[in-house]
This record gives sequence, C-alpha cells and structure tokens, in this order.
Amino acid sequence: MTAAALASGGTFDQVGLLAGRAVRRVIRQPAQIVFPIAFPLVLLAVNASGLDAATKLPGFPSADYLDFALAVPFMQGALFAALNGGQDLARDIQGGFLDRLALTPISGAALLAGQLGGALFMGVVSAVLYLLVGLALGVGIAAGVAGALVLLVLAVCISFAFACFGMLVALRAGTGEAVQGFFPLFFVLLFLSSAFFPRDLIEQDWFAAVATYNPVSYMVEGLRSLVITGWDGEALAYAFAISAIAVVCFLVLSSRALRTRLTRT
Amino acid sequence: MSSLARTRSVACVVAWRGIHNAFTSPALLLPSVLFPLFFFIAFAGGLSGVQNAPNFDFPSGYSSFQFAFVCVQASAFGGVFTGFSIASDFEFGFARRLLLAAPHRGGIVIGYMLSAMARAVFVLSVVLLAGLVSGMRVDGSPGDMLALLALALATSATATLWAAGIAMRLRTMQAGPVMQMPVFIALFLAPVYVPLDLIAGWVHDVARYNPFTALLESARGFVSGEPTKIAITSACLVGMFALTALWARGGLRSAERAG
Repeated sequence: MTAAALASGGTFDQVGLLAGRAVRRVIRQPAQIVFPIAFPLVLLAVNASGLDAATKLPGFPSADYLDFALAVPFMQGALFAALNGGQDLARDIQGGFLDRLALTPISGAALLAGQLGGALFMGVVSAVLYLLVGLALGVGIAAGVAGALVLLVLAVCISFAFACFGMLVALRAGTGEAVQGFFPLFFVLLFLSSAFFPRDLIEQDWFAAVATYNPVSYMVEGLRSLVITGWDGEALAYAFAISAIAVVCFLVLSSRALRTRLTRT
Repeated sequence: MSSLARTRSVACVVAWRGIHNAFTSPALLLPSVLFPLFFFIAFAGGLSGVQNAPNFDFPSGYSSFQFAFVCVQASAFGGVFTGFSIASDFEFGFARRLLLAAPHRGGIVIGYMLSAMARAVFVLSVVLLAGLVSGMRVDGSPGDMLALLALALATSATATLWAAGIAMRLRTMQAGPVMQMPVFIALFLAPVYVPLDLIAGWVHDVARYNPFTALLESARGFVSGEPTKIAITSACLVGMFALTALWARGGLRSAERAG
C-alpha cells in the first residue's frame, strides 16, 4: 500500500485498501483466528454438559442447554474480535504507522472504517462458524433459515459494536497493554449478564438487577430469541438498537480520539 | 553449609522476592485476587438457580458449592500467574543471573512455589471473607477448613511446578497461554456448576477420570463438613505433584543448558 494509491483513490478505495491490509494482517496471524474461534466453542461444549441439569428447572426456556447457550460464543467471538482489532490498531500507533498515514490525504472516516476491516472479517468468519457448529451439533433455529440469516447479521452488528469500542480504547490509550487491560472488563460484562442463565430464573436479586441493566444481556437475548423462541420482535429490536447505539457512540468518540491523536502528533 | 541448607537459603530468598513483588505491585496481585472473586460472584450469584434442579444435593447452598471451586481455581491460577513471573524473569535476564548466583538451583523452583502458596493464602482469605460477607454457609469445622487450605496449597504448588516447567523451557512471556489453557480446560472439565452425577454427555465421562474432580469433591466435602474422597484426592495430589516436579526439573535443566 503506497501513499500514492491512497491519495489517488476516493474514500471507498481508501477504506478498501486499509480494510484489505487489516484482513491480511489477521489471516497472517493464526493465533488471532484459532484461539478466538476455538475457545468459545470449548466453553460452549463444557457449559452445555455442565449446565444441562438447569434445563429441568420449571420455566427454563429450552429443553437442551446447548440451544440456550449457542448465543454465548457469538458474544465471545465479538469480544475477541474487539480485543484483536484494538491491539492491531494500538500496534499501528506504537509503530508509527498511523502517523505516516496522517501524512497522506486519507480522510479520518476512511481511516477508522478501514481499521475496522480486520475485526469485521473475524466477526463474520466466527459467526458463520459458530452457526455451522451449532447446526452440526443438532441445534435447531426456531426462526428458520431467515432467522439464521438475521442471527448472522445481528452477530456481525454486535462484533462491529465491540470492535468500535476496542478501536476507541486503542486510540485513547495508544498501547496494546491498555487494550489488553480492558479484556477482563469485557468478560465481566458477559458473565454479569443473562448469558448463562435466564434472567427470570436468577435467584439473587442483585445479580438479576445487574443483568437487567447490563446491555450485553439484551444482545445475548436477541441472538438467543432466534434460536429458541422464533421471531421475537421486542428482543430483536432491543438487540439491534443497543448495537446500533453502541456503534454510533463509539464511532463518534473514536473520531474525536483520532483527531486528538493526529493533532498531538 | 549442607546441600539442604543451601537449597533452603535460595528458596527463602526467591520466595521473599516473589512475595515482595506480588504485594508491592498491584498489577501482579490484582488479577490473582479479582479473577477468583469475579468467578465467585458470577457463578454463585448468577447460577444459584441451578441448585433447584432435580437431584442437586448440596445442603450448604450454592455459594458454598462454588466457594470450593473458586478455592481450587484460585490456587491453580495463582500457580499459573507465578509461571508468568518466572517467564518474565527470564525475558528480563534476572533468572539467568539467579541461575548463576544460586548454589543450589532446585531452591529457585521451590522459592517460586512458596511465593505462589503465600499468594494463594492471601487470595483465599479475601474470597472467604467475601463469601462470609455475602452470607455463605460454612458447615465444615475449623479442622475441615484447614484441610481445605492444605488441599488448595497443594494445588497451588502443583500448578506452579507445571507453569515453571513451561516458563523455564520457553523462557518468554508469550508462553502464557500454554501455561494457562491446559489448567483452564482441566478445571472446567470437572464438575464446576453441578455435582458429577448431573453432568451430561461426554464431559461426564471426562470428568469421571479428571483428577480435578476428586479435588473439587473433596473441597466441597470440607466446606459442607462431610469430608469425602480423601484417599483418592491425596493420591491424585501426590501423583500430580510428582509428575509436575519432574516436569519442572526438566525445565530447570533446559534453562541451565540454555545458559
């Protein structure tokens, strides 16, 4: 990728060039593909067996815990995509690549969109894989084929939202360590949600309250509704709305952070 | 000075350094405290409804059930985190100077192990305090709790030896996932959420032969005041300790050869 190529193209060409670079960088690092995909699947297998007894509880929404838990790998995949995307951007900042890009006529919007290419690619690949593994293990999608497609779209939207957050952290902090430091926070958000147990069956009031105010609960419930309920407009509306709000907020903040960072340099 | 005295001297110095570093550097101590606390809160709080499942029988309550898991998990991960410190010592050259200076190098590994055990005592105290504050029932006697502590310390020592073997062979912080993932997977292929009989599918078969299952069941027996499977657990711990000690010894030899 040369400065001339960036300069001669329009915004879409610039985004394409940067996104292509981000995708190639992901592909060239197997650790960025294998671990984020394998780890959620291992955890899914373990949880599906370990928590299957929970499906015997009155009011549990599915007969098989695997159906209930299939939404979780999509969320974990999104978290890993955010982490890796953020770290790649932080590496660009630390290595001076972002500063060199700033010397080209590339627009800020193209720079942000391009940087998200790698995370978006991972989001799509992992979402398709999780869906295929789920189907292979016998999970039925209650909303049918169209529901499976919506599930993929929603999973990619959620990945995009988390990737925007990873990008914001990288732009604000500028170091890979800082992005890594946010990783536990992502997991806290996931574990303190309704990802592993239905909200109405959570016995501890304080946990139920935290899960209710945790936006991750609604993302998981949106994904899950397509698998175990069918078409649940309210759950889907919440999930898409929260993802969209997160994308807009984090992109606006990232755009400001980018301006500040480029001004600083 | 006898060989034993030299080993003890090296072990004490390395242990003191490890404890000092851990307790004066929040970046080292916080993850080893926060992760077990977080697991405890997330599992005991979020999954407590599981105790109403048919045939779930643990009278002390789900918080106590998960407390036992967190004790074993915190001890094992404390050992792994100590492995990270060993790898870091190699990356920054300190471990090589230590190898040159130590009159008896086995003491280095023992020192790291002792520092991991000291950290485990601190972490377990914090988790116990958090559990008691949140209303967790402890039906075990003080003797049972001491036995639980001994089990946790033996787990910590074993995990440290495992992680030390890897850290001294690879001598880089990038070996972190290699130390962490097998321990994580072995722990989660045991009865984490429900008793063994309620686990379904292939995980049940794996859990039956997983030594961590015996550790967890014993730990839960101590918490509930009904000690169980002491002989199997002791045998598992002795076997795991012996194997990981050999593994760590091989790692030490590898580091010595690398110079």
